[in-house]
Amino acid sequence: MILPLRLEEVSFLHVLQPLSLRIEAGPSTIILGANGAGKSVLMRLMHGLLAPSSGKVSWSGPEARRRQAMVFQRPVMLRRSAFQNVLYALDVAGVAGAERLAAEALAEVGLAHVAHQPARVLSFGEQQRLALARAWALHPEVLFLDEPTASLDPTATREIEAVIRAFDASGTKIVMATHNLGQARRLGDEVIYLHQGRVVERAPAEKFFAAPATPEATAFIKGELPWV
Amino acid sequence: MGDALTAALALVASGDATLLGIVGLSLLVSLSAVALATALGLPLGAVLAVTHFPARRAIVVLLNALMGLPPVVVGLVVYLLLSRAGPLGSLGLLFTPGAMVIAQTVLILPIIAALCRQAVEDAWVEYQEQLRSLGVEGARAALTVLWDIRFSLLTAVLAGLGRASAEVGAVMIVGGNIDGVTRVMTTAIALETSKGDLPLALGLGLVLIAVVLALNAAAFLVKEAAQRRYG
Amino acid sequence: MGLIRAVFLLLTLFSCIANAQQRYITVASTTSTEQSGLFKHLLPIFEGKTGIQVRVVALGTGQALDMGRRGDADVVFVHARALEEKFVAEGHGVRRHEVMYNDFVLVGPKSDPARVGGGKDIVQALQRIHQAKAPFVSRGDRSGTHFAELELWKAAAIDIAHDKGGWYREIGQGMGPALNTAAGMNAYVLSDRGTWLSFKNRADLVIAVQGDRRLFNQYGIILVNPAKHANVKQEMGQAFIDWVISREGQQAIAAYKIGGEQLFFPNAGN
Repeated sequence: MILPLRLEEVSFLHVLQPLSLRIEAGPSTIILGANGAGKSVLMRLMHGLLAPSSGKVSWSGPEARRRQAMVFQRPVMLRRSAFQNVLYALDVAGVAGAERLAAEALAEVGLAHVAHQPARVLSFGEQQRLALARAWALHPEVLFLDEPTASLDPTATREIEAVIRAFDASGTKIVMATHNLGQARRLGDEVIYLHQGRVVERAPAEKFFAAPATPEATAFIKGELPWV
Repeated sequence: MGDALTAALALVASGDATLLGIVGLSLLVSLSAVALATALGLPLGAVLAVTHFPARRAIVVLLNALMGLPPVVVGLVVYLLLSRAGPLGSLGLLFTPGAMVIAQTVLILPIIAALCRQAVEDAWVEYQEQLRSLGVEGARAALTVLWDIRFSLLTAVLAGLGRASAEVGAVMIVGGNIDGVTRVMTTAIALETSKGDLPLALGLGLVLIAVVLALNAAAFLVKEAAQRRYG
Repeated sequence: MGLIRAVFLLLTLFSCIANAQQRYITVASTTSTEQSGLFKHLLPIFEGKTGIQVRVVALGTGQALDMGRRGDADVVFVHARALEEKFVAEGHGVRRHEVMYNDFVLVGPKSDPARVGGGKDIVQALQRIHQAKAPFVSRGDRSGTHFAELELWKAAAIDIAHDKGGWYREIGQGMGPALNTAAGMNAYVLSDRGTWLSFKNRADLVIAVQGDRRLFNQYGIILVNPAKHANVKQEMGQAFIDWVISREGQQAIAAYKIGGEQLFFPNAGN
């Protein structure tokens, strides 16, 4: 078990003020905030793609790199078939039975019928599903998602959210950054609200949306849903 | 100029054995050099693009500068190395096609490596985060990106091929322009020019350009087909 | 690194295969000899008779002798007697044999600004060219022809090294380029008859002076000393030399003509 993840007085340049967080196993966590609040930077610090300017990021178990995966706003696929892209990730991780796992992952996200097509000729939504399949095949303990549906149409968004829910149901810890309140409500169990580089509020999702405790959070929800 | 065109057509139509031999040797030498320089230069450029170490910037500048290596200087240095009086003389490579391949490989290796480095560096921006997220670093990441952008690297390889087929300084010095053994298109053109047979020299020049053009066209078609296939 | 070693081995193999397939010798000779077309005529006869391929690397006399000094050639075949004798005296060559001679001609523009046309005195002609400051192209490349040219300036009592002006153009290249340049500049140039006869880009150039005894040009052939360079192919090299000075070789040399005119006059053993 690599969770819980501890951030101690972690800051990043002028984007994130020193903050401390504990990410526990279990409930899916939404990192919520306006554009420019620092969500992407926070995600990358947690996943290890950026080094903090100060403070410490520590996991609680060995092989943390291998037990996480991340899906980005834009999927990055190699110029190979969908199947081979998933296979590549498994080979890098040194997993046995890679071919079987890759086929299962593609089936899980509903892409078995395009398994042998070049990944880059798939639609954007399909490529994002493929990115999720790639992550699924690795059976990570934690799945980071950085605005995974920001570039997608509603239909594709629905498909992606369905897969995320499946991940959640299978026991993977979800940590997702989004500015989409509806999505946060649909998928989140708890909300961490970021405002101008600071964690301003953290609460279970229902409580957060029903009665935000801080003025910044209140203003944000109102701004996104003016009829509330 | 009309004489040159007539001379060129007459040459090709005659199917002259000497001409075929010269064209064949030119292709053998330049394509071998390109193959070698590609095998060495692509991984070099890719690793240079994605890894970071103290001397990196100096090496990048040096590599870029070496793209402008004068062929005649390369020829001279390789000659001194391969001469019987030099360190590698016992290999007996001087005045053979092998020496010409070596000289041209040295000449075009920086071109292929430097252009590859730039291409991989540009692509790295796109691939970096995802690959690092998957735990791919260093040489493995470099080679993954390299293989993924292989069709746009074709331009780098063609640049090397162009330089190799066009140069005369290096192959003249290390090959000796020996009739039937190390005479290639460019050295033959130089010879005919110095003999004053300008129409023939121009004719040979046109044949050379036509061959290189054909190679480029073929490469372009391969690239298009592959892009359609792999996206 | 394993890749680089593999490549190196491949090239060595390549060279061994290439070299092993064919018995051959490397002859360092001059551009004038090659460009006259003599070798194309002469070598197939020798190769047909002995199966030995003769690979000629054509450079200037100075460079050809340097090649011999480095051991990069088995035989040298040049035309500068003093330099050749020095080569043997220094121990780089075994023995000098005379092979053939031809002559130099002074070539110049039809307009003949120095008024030397039709003359038979080369020294006088050079003096007139120097006085008139008429354009003159020099090979300037340590070749046999260049060496001969310098000797002629000396004979004309002109210290050309210090007395040259813008009219004297040293190009550092072979006979062909020198003739091309002279044709392009309408200048005088000293050429060997063989190259002149086979030169195709004459423009307005014609022979101005010929027949002077001082324009005599002797060719010599020397085996590079195997005692200094173990790699020299002694037997095959000597076989070539023996053939060239043999009656058969000498007759083959005499038989080479351009437009019915004989280029080289065999005189081995004279």
